[in-house]
Amino acid sequence: MSTATTKDHPHLAAEFNRDEPRVNWHDETLWWVRAKRDIAAHKLPEWELLRETASQIKLNVLSNLSTYLEQFEANAIKNGIIVHWAADAAEHNQIVHNLLEQRGITKMVKSKSMLTEECHLNEYLKEQGIDVIDSDLGERIVQLANEPPSHIVLPCIHKKKEEIGDIFHEHLGSAKGESDPKILTETARQHLREVFLTRRAALTGVNFAVAETGEFVICTNEGNADMGAHLAEIHIASMGIEKIIPERKHLGVFLRLLTRSATGQPITTYSSHFSKPQDGTEIHIVIVDNGRSIQLGREEFRNSLKCIRCGACMNTCPVYRKSGGHSYHTAVAGPIGSILAPNLDMKKYADLPFASTLCGSCSNVCPVKIDIHDQLYKWRQVIVKEGYSPKTKTMAMKAMALTLASPTLYRMGGKTGRLVFKYAPFAVNNKLNPWYNQREMPKAPDESFGEWYAKRKGAKNS
Amino acid sequence: MFVPCYVDQFYPKAAIATLELLEKLGCEVHYPKNQTCCGQPMANSGYEHLTGGCNNLFVDNFSGYDYIVCPSGSCTLHIKEHLHADGKEEQATEIRKKVYELTEFLVDVLRVKQLTATFPYRVGLHQSCHGLRGLRIAQMSELVAEPFSKPEQLLDMVNGLELVPLSRQDDCCGFGGTFCVVEEAVSAKMGKDRVADHVSHGAQYITSADLSCLMHLEGILRRQNSDVKVIHVAEILNHSM
Repeated sequence: MSTATTKDHPHLAAEFNRDEPRVNWHDETLWWVRAKRDIAAHKLPEWELLRETASQIKLNVLSNLSTYLEQFEANAIKNGIIVHWAADAAEHNQIVHNLLEQRGITKMVKSKSMLTEECHLNEYLKEQGIDVIDSDLGERIVQLANEPPSHIVLPCIHKKKEEIGDIFHEHLGSAKGESDPKILTETARQHLREVFLTRRAALTGVNFAVAETGEFVICTNEGNADMGAHLAEIHIASMGIEKIIPERKHLGVFLRLLTRSATGQPITTYSSHFSKPQDGTEIHIVIVDNGRSIQLGREEFRNSLKCIRCGACMNTCPVYRKSGGHSYHTAVAGPIGSILAPNLDMKKYADLPFASTLCGSCSNVCPVKIDIHDQLYKWRQVIVKEGYSPKTKTMAMKAMALTLASPTLYRMGGKTGRLVFKYAPFAVNNKLNPWYNQREMPKAPDESFGEWYAKRKGAKNS
Repeated sequence: MFVPCYVDQFYPKAAIATLELLEKLGCEVHYPKNQTCCGQPMANSGYEHLTGGCNNLFVDNFSGYDYIVCPSGSCTLHIKEHLHADGKEEQATEIRKKVYELTEFLVDVLRVKQLTATFPYRVGLHQSCHGLRGLRIAQMSELVAEPFSKPEQLLDMVNGLELVPLSRQDDCCGFGGTFCVVEEAVSAKMGKDRVADHVSHGAQYITSADLSCLMHLEGILRRQNSDVKVIHVAEILNHSM
């Protein structure tokens, strides 16, 4: 689902920050996940080597992507899987719709797939009269609330259990005021069980597609992908072209990193391998580009495609923690989303690379060592050069560059500035100055260091 | 000595302390008087292409020294990563290699083992992100690696100083250059939360190798009418009773 909004990150983040106790709760919840990740990582002395290995494997994949994709396709076909290729979101959605339409299927169960969020598949299928039910608990909650996920691993992390109780009361008939997570989960289980048993089609994402064997691996904690796929007559798996790994043995690297980075668990509850359809059923794979080959061609941003969607960069990002996933107005929020989204629509997402202090924590937790914060810096340069930054900002920056390039102008400006601070504080301490809203301005000293130094030198020389 | 523009204009005491400290430790310190700014405010806003003037000026001011020392991790990192100048690339490269943030200079180059400073207060150490994750003046909490901290090593040499523990040892303060005004809500919230961590652990002072973070935290402390003060690490290391 897309957010029907044109507001940018600063505005959406400011709205989120109107409720400070909620921001505190959101921040603490995600920091708790980050802390769990730290504990899990520190239990493995070889952690940094694992990250480096994963990064190198993915580098190899990106350098030989077409070869691995063709190898994967050939092996998957040998296994009896039907392979489709989609150049973009529209083609992906159409392929899925055709598969359902040809079989007269109007109801589908879907496990978590950020790719289908990126392609806005649910809305598209709804328009075509197809009812899609998300089977991941968190995704089902946001779906019932008619909201997009706010986090790629924890889709309803922005919702408190009481709010989930209200949603379940309204849609699933749980008791009014019920907020016990165990009881609410049981309510969802009963509801989803009926869905699993009655759906003829199941769509899943793909975590890893193994070129060597033509199999693919789906990781879930709830087993919902398996429940859907095993009970349906047609299993459609949607994957981005970057999900390839060369060999099965490489799973030993990625599966160890994925969930430790995501939630601090040693491994996902279910890491299910799908290699061939059961008798009487079909497996279809839709391999989707949707801008990825363009990103692959952008040398500075290429390795963003190494991402395995663990969400660790979101949990550690102080801006994400204190602004909420929806403030990023894109399917993949947080630092990684901010380097992926401008590739898809530079104008629409021009704000996102600036929604960061460039603190660098994201790059340090990334299990495949994507230089996320450096790419945020580089996207800023690209966005400005392509003309997507406000004209007023450009003018201010030009004036600043001019002043700072001239010692005379700088000294004059500094002195004037300090005099203003001292004798006309109302000129800076007002509502037009965003700094002053929640912070005092620095006190202006009588003299700059440069002025002090000149006097000292004069005194020393005399 | 490279004194960042905002330190020059708003926090001359930190620069004075840096100068006095370096002189005490036997360095011959020059302050090139035509220096202005490293260009980071433009570059981080996406206008690196407008920093040519600053870069040229920087190269003219700082060529030929044995070391360039700066009491700011952030500005040091910018020079280290982004200083280039048309026709003067050789000098620029030389400068990028010779520029040091103050605490790393004291630990790695001067190999300071003891100080005569006294500062009998409870102090919270704020790690600036650029000093930490850019210059690696301390170990980063995200990595599975041996801990170390150059600023802490120096603060441990100060008589009477008690470092307070923090709940989040290296979370960002939210300053972020123009981020602090463009993303005012999130920036201020990040600053408030950092301040709360120090205050709740009993800090009387918050120190850092970066004044930009401290300027931000000071703005919040003063708005809260807090007794807690900010102080640049150089001022502590140079402090005598």
